[in-house]
Amino acid sequence: MSTLEKQIEEKTYKPSDFKSDQEPRWCPGCEDYAIIKAFQTALAELGIPKEKHAVISGIGCAARLPYYMSTYGFHTIHGRPIPIATGVKIANPELSVWVITGDGDGISIGGNHLIHVMRRNVDINILLFDNKVYGLTKGQYSPTSNKGTVNKSAPFGTIEEPAEPVALALASGATFVARTSAAYVKHLTELIKEAHKHKGTSFIHIYQNCYIYNDGVFDDFTRKEVREERNLILEHGKPLIFGKNRDKGLRFKNGRFEIVEFDPKNPPEDLTVHDETNLSLAFALSKLYWPEYPVPMGIFRRVSQPSFEEMLYTQIEKAKERFQTDIAKLLYSGDIWEVR
Amino acid sequence: MDNIEKLDKVTVKFAGDSGDGVQIMGEQFGNVTAVVGNDFATLPDYPAEIRAPQGTTYGVSSYQIQFAAYDIYTPGDNPDVLVAFNPAALKVNLPTLKPGGIIIANEDEFTEQNLRKAGFESNPLEDGSLNSYRIYRVPITRLTLEALKEEPIGHREKLRCKNFFALGMISWLFSRPLDPIISFLNKRFASKPEILGANIKALKAGYNICDTMEIFPVHYQVPPARLEPGKYRNINGALATAYGLVVASHKSGLPIVYCGYPITPASEVLHILSALKHYGVISIQTEDEIAAITMAIGASYAGALGITGTSGPGLALKIESLNLAVMAEIPLVVFDYQRAGISTGMPTKTEQGDLLFALFGRPSDSHVIILAPCSPSDCFWTAIEAVKLTTKYMTPVLVLSDQFLIHSSEPWKLPELENIPNIEIEFRKNPEGFYPYIRDEKTLARPWVKVGTPGLEHRIGGLEKSHIYGNVSYDPENHDLMTKLRAQKVQRAVQDIPDVQIMGPPDGEILVVGWGSTYGHIKAAVELANSEGMKVSMIHLRHLNPLPKNLGEVLRKFKKVVVPELNLGQLSYVIRARYLVDAIGYNRVTGKPFNVSELLSFIKEEYKGLKTH
Repeated sequence: MSTLEKQIEEKTYKPSDFKSDQEPRWCPGCEDYAIIKAFQTALAELGIPKEKHAVISGIGCAARLPYYMSTYGFHTIHGRPIPIATGVKIANPELSVWVITGDGDGISIGGNHLIHVMRRNVDINILLFDNKVYGLTKGQYSPTSNKGTVNKSAPFGTIEEPAEPVALALASGATFVARTSAAYVKHLTELIKEAHKHKGTSFIHIYQNCYIYNDGVFDDFTRKEVREERNLILEHGKPLIFGKNRDKGLRFKNGRFEIVEFDPKNPPEDLTVHDETNLSLAFALSKLYWPEYPVPMGIFRRVSQPSFEEMLYTQIEKAKERFQTDIAKLLYSGDIWEVR
Repeated sequence: MDNIEKLDKVTVKFAGDSGDGVQIMGEQFGNVTAVVGNDFATLPDYPAEIRAPQGTTYGVSSYQIQFAAYDIYTPGDNPDVLVAFNPAALKVNLPTLKPGGIIIANEDEFTEQNLRKAGFESNPLEDGSLNSYRIYRVPITRLTLEALKEEPIGHREKLRCKNFFALGMISWLFSRPLDPIISFLNKRFASKPEILGANIKALKAGYNICDTMEIFPVHYQVPPARLEPGKYRNINGALATAYGLVVASHKSGLPIVYCGYPITPASEVLHILSALKHYGVISIQTEDEIAAITMAIGASYAGALGITGTSGPGLALKIESLNLAVMAEIPLVVFDYQRAGISTGMPTKTEQGDLLFALFGRPSDSHVIILAPCSPSDCFWTAIEAVKLTTKYMTPVLVLSDQFLIHSSEPWKLPELENIPNIEIEFRKNPEGFYPYIRDEKTLARPWVKVGTPGLEHRIGGLEKSHIYGNVSYDPENHDLMTKLRAQKVQRAVQDIPDVQIMGPPDGEILVVGWGSTYGHIKAAVELANSEGMKVSMIHLRHLNPLPKNLGEVLRKFKKVVVPELNLGQLSYVIRARYLVDAIGYNRVTGKPFNVSELLSFIKEEYKGLKTH
């Protein structure tokens, strides 16, 4: 049993053990409170000693989160938590490394790093808080804002198509991609634990309501009354069924999804079955959005691939077996001559 | 019998198209020069275009080497011998060739078309315009093809052997052994026996033809230099930097994580370190310059040693991240291999243009330790010193290296690994009395904690932190205190920085002050000035922030302070501002190192000016 496993066995944590002594300063009613609760609950349930967690954030409302955690934390600069987290994981692969980012931090200014960390498959977990607005800078449109959004920097409405974080992650080669809403704390908690279990980059896209600058932007499909009708919960190996009465489903036909209504006692056999390893399916699902379609929630993709740091250290070990490792000899490599 | 003429100092330049193999030829000539025991210095010069159109003046690549029977400091101002593979190479290099110098020209390439491309109206080998030089016209292309007639390789491959044919000739001319070159070829082409055989044959043919055809009337011989006893190797700044980092890792017990994004000329160091995985080196080629520095910051935060290397344009991109490391007070070494010009400028040429940027180019009152190696082999020691200072003071160190140092090479007296002192690293482990911003009394450094250490969990970040406790703080007095503490901490490093040593008279007339890679050129000029009867002293700065503590006192001992720099007067500006000393700049930004005789003339003028006052 490794020391880490021993520590896990000996310690049991409560969610409150992951709270720091600093009072959170998010706006009252902000869904970031819900996310940190889910995060602390998940970490307590994972049971890993708290010193083994490094929580790295960029800039934005979400990025204050590490200050409120009792783990190691680093509140860095705008757009850069991903490469910083990569550096941490490379330096110490034993650590459990979390990135807290947002739609501005992760998709806009830091978009480049998002692509490359997923392509590399560094074993870190990225929680992207998407409120479709710049909150900390007081209400400009973000790269995920719905087209036509009216706010301070778009008084006549935005004319840009929003970026879709799940689609971006899939296109970048991510090996674990999930989505949920801050309104679904239990679901989020479960996804955080799944993300941690996954070896390689895990990406959770979290819809999070900004009560001040973009209030209600997700209400159409996350309100309690409509949730079941307007969300599609993804479950590996199960048909794509949704609706309060489980009477609607999706069928993939001619390159697009069609919604099928049926008698729940007798669902049609040709409904599409979710498969976490099917990239084309995941990609097609990532493009579904209310009101044309129910919004998919859950794990879009989960595949096993060697992680970056694993391959990096394997390469180093192999090189050590193949070549001499005496540093004195390194200096004396090449043509040497002696002056007497 | 052989006619041998002894010389004590020679500068040779090889020049041709960038595809002619001039660099490898120069490097090999350098290695042989080392083996026969001359002191030497080299200056590779190549265009930014990888394969510029053949025969054009802007596609000319060259390799200059000065070697001597005594200590020398520079690759030489003006070549005594020019090997020109085509008319363009002649055109570009003729202006710097010494009067009466030797030109060895590959006459096969002096075709009408090539002459036109190079801008010659008539063939200079025939029209008498080169009468003041000693010209040797050699049909290098034809002789190479003839020598390789029987070789089982294609025509193109045969043509590519002409650099080793020419190297054979030059080896004959300077009485050099061929064995070291042959053993290099054996390694380089081990897996391509046909190419290996052809190159060796071309090399020997070039050598032998000088005997049989009596191309040159004499051989030259430069006796070995009297270098300090010891074991030597040839080293350039790129290798020296990489080896320095490997040794620093070994001596500190810290794994190094070197992160870089490809940029000229910094990529050289990334390449070398990427091939040293067996020494435990972690090197990452990142997606951009910002990822390179932030990954390094992440590595340092976790308890390894984060390092990044770049050049001007890349450094500009890294600045916000560099300030994060200043704020978070964690170790980080940033190498800036300076190159010429603003924006893309002249990426393959050298300059010292980033000193003020390094000192002041960050928002707010942000200070970092700044070092500058003074020779190719000094890059080794500077790398080790940078690691020592960044870990001791918990603040970033910026190393101002440059394009010239990266590529230039010199003999290096090899140190004994066990004589290099350890770099003491202390990670905080004890939770008792721990706060993230508690400071060491002597260095003002905050504790370095490896992420993963139980009981020391804490949060850091870019927001201002309270003194000692490290919580986010907007308290006005606290910010004032923390800003001053961060600045003072950098100044505390002066206790680890040696005083400047005056070379020459300890006080008096004129002091020449240099920094970084210009050491050799300035030293050569100052020695010449003294040999001509002037009294000229010099100091050379390897530490730019903090400056050595005796600098002000030394500056004030002289009537005149002259500051030669490859920029428009950046150190002069600092000296004037810091010490109220009227520093006189000698400023050149040609993309090349100083020309020693031009610098000497400047020093002479300043010296004369003093005497007439």
